[in-house]
Amino acid sequence: MKELMVRAIYCEMLGYEASFSYIHAIKLAQQGTALEKRVGYLAVSLFLNESHELLLLLVNTVLKDLQSTNLIEVCMALTVVSQMFPKDMIPAILPLVEEKLNHPKEIIRRKAVLALYKFYLIAPNQVQHIHNKFRKALCDKDPGVMTASLHIYLQMIQENPEGYKDLTTSFVTILKQVVGGKLPMDFNYHSVPAPWLQIQLLRILLFCSTIFLCRDVAALCIHCYCIQPLSSFPAILYESAKCIGNFVLSLKINLKYLGLKALTYVVQQHPKLALQHQMTIIECLDHPDLIIKRETLELLFRITNAQNVSVIVEKMLDPFLKIMLCCCIIYTLFIVLILFSYEEYTYAPDNEWFIETMSTVFSVGGDMMQPDIPNSFLKLLSEGFDSVEEDRKLRLFAVDSYVSLLQGEPGKLPQRFLQVISWVLGEYSYLREELEAATVLRLLAKLLDMKSTSSETKSWVLMAMTKLCEGGAGVSVTQEVCETYGSSLDTVLRQRAQELQHLSQDCELRARVLPRGAGLEPLEVDSSLSFLDGFVSEALAAGAAPYKAPHQRQEELAQAKALSLEPYGLSLPISMSSCSIADRQSPTLLSVSSGLSTTLKLDGVKRVWGREGYLSEREPVEESAHVEVPSPLQSPSQQGEADSSQSQTLTPIPTPQPEQEKQQLASSLFVGLGSQSSVCLMGKSESTTQRFRRKAKDLAVSSLEQTSQLSQGPAAANGICDVELTGSDMSETSPTLIRDNGVVAADPAPHEDPDKLKDLCLRTHLPAEFSGLCHSEITPLCTNQTLDFSACHLQKEDSLALVVFIYNSSDSDIQEILLELDSDELEVSCVCDSPVQEARSHSVAVCQYSLTVKRPSVHVEVVGTASYQFPAGTPHSAQFSYKLPLTSFIRPLTVSTEEYGAMWLDFSHDTKQKLTLISDGQEPLTDTLNVLKKKLQLHVVEIIGMEGIVACRLLRDQPCLMHCRLHAGTLSVWLRSPVPDLPDCLMYHCQRALQEH
Amino acid sequence: MIKAILIFNNHGKPRLSKFYEHYSEDTEQQIIRETFHLVSKRDENVCNFLEGGMLIGGSDYRLIYRHYATLYFVFCVDSSESELGILDLIQVFVETLDKCFENVCELDLIFHVDKVHNILAEMVMGGMVLETNMNEIITQVDSQNKMEKSEQSP
Repeated sequence: MKELMVRAIYCEMLGYEASFSYIHAIKLAQQGTALEKRVGYLAVSLFLNESHELLLLLVNTVLKDLQSTNLIEVCMALTVVSQMFPKDMIPAILPLVEEKLNHPKEIIRRKAVLALYKFYLIAPNQVQHIHNKFRKALCDKDPGVMTASLHIYLQMIQENPEGYKDLTTSFVTILKQVVGGKLPMDFNYHSVPAPWLQIQLLRILLFCSTIFLCRDVAALCIHCYCIQPLSSFPAILYESAKCIGNFVLSLKINLKYLGLKALTYVVQQHPKLALQHQMTIIECLDHPDLIIKRETLELLFRITNAQNVSVIVEKMLDPFLKIMLCCCIIYTLFIVLILFSYEEYTYAPDNEWFIETMSTVFSVGGDMMQPDIPNSFLKLLSEGFDSVEEDRKLRLFAVDSYVSLLQGEPGKLPQRFLQVISWVLGEYSYLREELEAATVLRLLAKLLDMKSTSSETKSWVLMAMTKLCEGGAGVSVTQEVCETYGSSLDTVLRQRAQELQHLSQDCELRARVLPRGAGLEPLEVDSSLSFLDGFVSEALAAGAAPYKAPHQRQEELAQAKALSLEPYGLSLPISMSSCSIADRQSPTLLSVSSGLSTTLKLDGVKRVWGREGYLSEREPVEESAHVEVPSPLQSPSQQGEADSSQSQTLTPIPTPQPEQEKQQLASSLFVGLGSQSSVCLMGKSESTTQRFRRKAKDLAVSSLEQTSQLSQGPAAANGICDVELTGSDMSETSPTLIRDNGVVAADPAPHEDPDKLKDLCLRTHLPAEFSGLCHSEITPLCTNQTLDFSACHLQKEDSLALVVFIYNSSDSDIQEILLELDSDELEVSCVCDSPVQEARSHSVAVCQYSLTVKRPSVHVEVVGTASYQFPAGTPHSAQFSYKLPLTSFIRPLTVSTEEYGAMWLDFSHDTKQKLTLISDGQEPLTDTLNVLKKKLQLHVVEIIGMEGIVACRLLRDQPCLMHCRLHAGTLSVWLRSPVPDLPDCLMYHCQRALQEH
Repeated sequence: MIKAILIFNNHGKPRLSKFYEHYSEDTEQQIIRETFHLVSKRDENVCNFLEGGMLIGGSDYRLIYRHYATLYFVFCVDSSESELGILDLIQVFVETLDKCFENVCELDLIFHVDKVHNILAEMVMGGMVLETNMNEIITQVDSQNKMEKSEQSP
C-alpha cells in the first residue's frame, strides 16, 4: 500500500490526476504503522487542499496523533496541521496544539509555534487569547523556538505596531545576544552569527519604530539587505551607500544584483547617492544578464528627472528591443515613463522626439502592450497643453509622420498602432491644409483591404473615414467601402459602414453629429436616458414588462428558488412594490403612487437601454476624446535650463573614444540630480575606488569646464557630497522661531491626580474661538519621558478641527517641535502660522488643524510624526495616530423636496440595504429617522406616508441623499451620492446607530 | 513566505513539487512548465534570481534557483524572504540530500520521493523556514527512520 501511495504521488506530480487514491491516503494515515502513517500524511498533504471535503475525515486522526506519546506521530500531525487545515476545524485542535507549547522537546515546541502562526494567518481572531504564550515562546531557552516565534511577531507588529512597544527591549536584547555570538556555533554562516535571524529582528525593530543604530552589525551581506528596512534613517543610509558601492562593483553576480536592488531603494530617498556609482551603473547596462539589465533600467527609471529623460529613454529603448520579450513589466514601465515625462514636466525635448519615440514604441511593442497605453497617448494628444500653438504643432507633426508611415509599408505595423494612426488621422488631418481628405481616405481604404487587418482595427478605420468624408472628396472611395462592408457578417463593421454611408451623404446631419474639434468639450451624457421616456411608456402601454435592474432580477430569482413561507395572497403585491423601488427614478415621484401598489409603474423602465444599447452609436467616437481636467503644468523656465545644461554636457573631451562615450553618457544620465550634480560626483568617485580613478579624472576635467561656464557658485566647486547633503538636511528643520502666541498659555497648576486634572487643564488650552463648541474627549496619543501628546476634535459648521496638545513635563524647554500629520483618507491643513512649535517646560503647546475628507471610509485615521530636539542636541521623534469615525464629517444638508428630486437623478453611486426599525413608538418611521437625525446629524427633508427622504453632506459639500421606505417590518434604505464610497460608509454608520439605540 | 518548491531536470521533467498554496492541478503543471522555460534559458554565469514570472503572484514574487548537474532546484518566494538566505537554504537542502542518500543523484529523487519530502518537511513547514542547520535536520530524519524501523521489526 505504501509503495502504491508513493507511486500515486509521483503520478500526481507529473500532472496526471489520481483522485481515486485520495481516500486511501487518508485511510493509510489513519490505520497504518508509523512508516505507513508517514507516507499517508505526506500523500494527504500533497493531494488535498484546505477546502477539500475529504479533509474532514482526517480531523479525528490528527486529534489522536496529537495526543500520542510517540514524538514522530506528534511531529507528523503538526506538520500536516500547518500545511493545510480547514478554518472551521481549528477550534477543535487548538487546545491540543497550545498544550504542545509546553512540550519538553524543543522540536515539538517549535513546530507548535509555527502551526499557531499558520492559524493566526488563517483565522486571527481565534488565536487571540494565546498571545501570552507567544511571549513565552519568544523567551524560550532554545533558539530555534525563539526564531520560529519571530515569524508571528513580525506579522503581528506589522499589523499593530503600538501594541508591542513593550517588547522592543526584548528584541534588542535578543539581537545583542545574536550579534555577541551567544548562539551555538551551528548558527554561524561564514563566521557571521545567524545573519537571517538578525535581518528578521531588524525588520521587527523597524516596525517598532525605534531608532536603533547597529553599525557594528554591518557584516557585509546583512548590511546590504538591511537597507530596505533601514532606509528611513538618513544617517545609516549614507553609511550604507558606501557599502553598496562595493556590492555593485562585486564580480559575484548575485551580489551585484542585490547591490543594484539596494541602490534602487536608496535612490528613492536620496537621488544624489546614485551619483557616486554612475560609472558602475552604466557598465551594468551593458551586462549580459538580462535580470541585471532589468534592475539597472528600474534604477534609471527612479532617477529620471527633467534633464536626463531623453537620454534615459534612448538608452532604455535600445536594450529593451532585445529583452522586451522576457520582461513585459519593464516595457510598460518604460512607456509610462515617456507619457509621464511628456505630461508632467512638459519637458520632453520636443514634439518630434515625442511622436517618433512613441511610434517606435508602438511598432515594436505591437499588440503585446496593454490597451490603456494607446488610450492615454490619444488622451494626451486630444487634451493638449496650455499653449494652443504647441498643441497644433504636435498634432500636425503626428499627422505628417503617420501619413508617411501609411505611405510606406503599413502591413508591418501592429494592429494597435494602426488603430492609433486611424484615430489621429480622422481627428486631426484637417490641420494640414495641403493634405487632401481624399488622399487620406485612400490610404485608409488601403488598410481595409489588407488581409492582416483585424475587424476591430477595421472599425476604427471606418470611424476615421466617417469623420473625414466631408464634401465631395473621396465619394467614390467611401461608396466602394460602404458597398463592401455594408453586407459584412460582422455586425459592428456593418453598422459603421452604414453610418459612413448615411453621414457622407447628409452633410447637415454630419455637422451635427460630428462637429469638428468636439473632443475638447466635455460630453454630457444623460444617464437617466430621459429622452426615451415616451418610447418606454408606449412600450409599456403595449404590454411590455417593466425593466428590472440585474441585481434585482437575481434577487427575485433567488427568492423564487427559495421556499416561500408566506401565504399565497400576499406574495403578489410585495413583489410589485419591490420592483417599483428598484428603478432609477426620483423617490419623490415615486411616493405619489406608492400607496397604490397594484397600478403599473410607467416610469419604471428607463434603463431598458443600458450601456450597450442605443447610445453606442455616437459615444465611442467621442468618448475616446473625453476631456475633463486639463493637466497641471510647470513653468517652462525649467526646460530652458535643461536645454542649456544638456548642450553643455556634450562638450568634447580629449579622451579615448569608448571611455569618452561612457562618460558622456554618464554625465547626461545623471545630470540634474541635485544642483551641482556633476561636480559633486567627481569628488566622490575619486575617493571611492581605484578602478575608476582614471575615468573619474577625465570626467573631472570636463565637469570643471562645465562649472566654469555655468558658474554655479562656490558651493559647486568644493565638490564634497556630504557637506552638501547634511546642509540640505539641516535646512529642512530650519529654525523658524515663531511662537504661536495666545495659544501657549502660562504654567498650569502643578497637578496631583494626573489623568483627570490633565484633561481639565488641557481643556483650558483650547483655542478661544472654540470655547462655545462641544469637543470630543481628549484622548492621549502617545507619551514618552518628556512629551505627552493628546488630541481632540471639534465639529464646526463648515469644517472639523483637530487640536493636538503637546505637554512638556520636563524641566527644560523644547524648541522646534515639528509636527507633521498625514492621512490616506483626509486632507490635513495646518491652521497655525507654522508647523514648528515650542513647548516650555511644564506647559502646553497647541496645534490646530482643519480636516476634510478626501476619500470616504468607515473610519478615518490621521497619522502624525513629531520630531523634536532637546537643548542638549539629540534628535527624537514620536509617532501617533488618531482615529475618528466618518460621522464627525457629516453635516445636515438643507434642501427642498424638489431640489432633492433633481439631485437624486444626478448621482451615480448608490447602495441599498434593509435596516431594522425602531418599533417601540406609534410611528416607527418617524422615530427611526429621528434617531438617525440625532446621532448622525442628518436632515429629514420630508416624510410622506410610508416613505421618508433625508439629506446630508460630507465636508465639504459632497452631498449624500437617503431614501427610506417601510417595507414588511423593515426599513429599506437607499443611499445615493456622487462620491464613490460614501453611500456604503454611511450605510454602515446608520446600521450602527440603529443597533446601538 | 515560500510559495512553492520545485525540482526538475534539464529536460523540464518534474522530480519534486511542493506547493504551500493551493493551485489547481493544471495551474501547477503550467507553473512548472513556465518556470522551467524561464530558468533553462539562463546561462551558467548569470545571477540566481529571477523576477517576472507571471503565474505565481506576479511582481512581488521571485524565483531563486540553483542548478546542480542535471537538476534545477527552484524556490518561489515572496518579498519577505531574503534572497541570499534562500540561496543558502537550497545549498543546505542539497547537502542534506547528499548526506542522506550518500552521493545523491536524480534517480534517488525518483525512487525515494517520500524520503525527500520528509527531509523537506523538516526544513520548511507550511511555507516557513523551520530549520537551516544541516546536522539538526539529519538528526531529526535519522531518529524518525530509526523509530520506524524499530516498529516494523517486531
